[in-house]
Amino acid sequence: MSTATMQDYKSSLGDATSRRFGTFSYLPAMSPERIRAQVEYLVRRGWSPAIEHTEPQNAGGSYWYMWKLPLFGETRAEQVLAEAAACHEAHPGNHVRLVGYDKVRQTQGAAMVIYRGKAV
Amino acid sequence: MAKAYSAGVKEYRHTYWEPHYPVKDTDLLACFKITPQAGVPREEAAAAVAAESSTGTWTTVWTDLLTDLEYYKGRAYRIENVPGDDSCFYAFIAYPIDLFEEGSVVNVFTSLVGNVFGFKAIRALRLEDVRFPLAYVKTCGGPPHGIQVERDKLDKYGRPLLGCTIKPKLGLSAKNYGRAVYECLRGGLDFTKDDENVNSQPFMRWRDRFGFVAEAIRKAEAETGERKGHYLNVTAPTPEEMYKRAAFARELGMPIIMHDFLTGGFCANTGLANWCRENGMLLHIHRAMHAVIDRDRHHGIHFRVLLKALRLSGGDHLHTGTVVGKLEGDRQATLGWIDLLRERYVKEDRSRGIFFDQDWGSMPGAFAVASGGIHVWHMPALLAIFGDDAVFQFGGGTLGHPWGNAAGAAANRVALEACVEARNQGRDLEKDGKEILVAAARSSPELKAAMETWKEIKFEFDTVDTLDVAQAA
Repeated sequence: MSTATMQDYKSSLGDATSRRFGTFSYLPAMSPERIRAQVEYLVRRGWSPAIEHTEPQNAGGSYWYMWKLPLFGETRAEQVLAEAAACHEAHPGNHVRLVGYDKVRQTQGAAMVIYRGKAV
Repeated sequence: MAKAYSAGVKEYRHTYWEPHYPVKDTDLLACFKITPQAGVPREEAAAAVAAESSTGTWTTVWTDLLTDLEYYKGRAYRIENVPGDDSCFYAFIAYPIDLFEEGSVVNVFTSLVGNVFGFKAIRALRLEDVRFPLAYVKTCGGPPHGIQVERDKLDKYGRPLLGCTIKPKLGLSAKNYGRAVYECLRGGLDFTKDDENVNSQPFMRWRDRFGFVAEAIRKAEAETGERKGHYLNVTAPTPEEMYKRAAFARELGMPIIMHDFLTGGFCANTGLANWCRENGMLLHIHRAMHAVIDRDRHHGIHFRVLLKALRLSGGDHLHTGTVVGKLEGDRQATLGWIDLLRERYVKEDRSRGIFFDQDWGSMPGAFAVASGGIHVWHMPALLAIFGDDAVFQFGGGTLGHPWGNAAGAAANRVALEACVEARNQGRDLEKDGKEILVAAARSSPELKAAMETWKEIKFEFDTVDTLDVAQAA
């Protein structure tokens, strides 16, 4: 059995840092190298990368703001990361999400927030 | 010229054994494993099964001559040895599509696994696989929404979903039950689940449960910013009662309900699936009673056939076993049937127990649900086996966490996300699993405590229903 002292689970309506935002939001923010590996994964799967962003208080809906069009045919991770960085620079307080569109299965094969906005 | 009538008992094989029959694309094909009585030749036993499961009876009747038996009869068309077992053999039977009512799993099964299973000429009989022709698949409703619509409705991509069955399974009050739900969901699970035998007992009536669970879901959604659901079990004594419960779940704005398709029955299940499609509700399917039907190697119905029946009848999730947990399930066979549940086209593959190509056309696939005796240490293997289109349900593996449900849920969510990240990096989950979890636990005290709690538990027993090909090896 665990010898660690029992801990309270810190989460509440009043604490904005309790808000999560999908896959990988229970892990610490990723380093640039780890984000790059995820970009390479979705490109390797043949999915189309895309960048979206939103104000954190509006993160709940199905539609975030598209940053330009999806990067159809783009397979260079650095180009995808440069677009995400440009989006972040233009919208510094926003969540910025990387999406991989899987046109064969007509779904998103991947979706992850790679710049975390300010909790509100 | 028309045939003359001659009364009496004929050998079945004169009419129902046709080794040169060219199978039609529209035929429904079945593979039975037949254990005949001593002295009954294989062809005769196979023909008897074809006859008794289609047009035939034990004696000739004059009304046979008023129909076109050549058009309507089932035919045994192939016989094969069962690897490593000479007590039985495989018989392949083709049934013309017009023997079956359109869109009726009920009707197909009443024919295929009806009286024939008690037939004296055979000692035991097992339906191993069925090829549903695309022409028949197109007459069935199938999953109310399917995997991809469910992902869009719930806004969850790029990973399996996480669930938990609330325990103890019987005896909690509705309010205390809702507490357990809330704690799991705020900790990071996507779903919680009614146990299959939670219906509407005196200790917790369904309407009270639904109300408290709805409040728990709404609060957890507001708190985490993520979409949540609880499989509200609407399995009921009568269809009328089932629909009443389903309608109340819809009124509460709940995204998903649940049904037991074998104890509830195919008729109730197909009706409920149609209702879910019309009302925008997801449908989780449990499989209580399946092991009574599918576990014996020589008699009954293989689970892959029950699974195909469910995909036709309708459900967005189906329990498929875990391979690694406390319940029966051979790995190769499980890989075969989760393909049959999720994919558009599945090729014959005897190494996975699949006897026929199966084309599902445009019918949606359903999530495979792995549930039963699993905990964080199983996460790498579960992800490697099931991939993304699955729900992993940790009951004891969430609620049994030393700090409670929310911590248990967070531990599972962190472990899952760490495994998904590692898989996407190209790492071998089953080889590096321990290292991946240990690294993730450095930033999650909840995961660290979970790993310490369950490090000793294993479920290593031999599978009873192994594949025949594996048995022979």
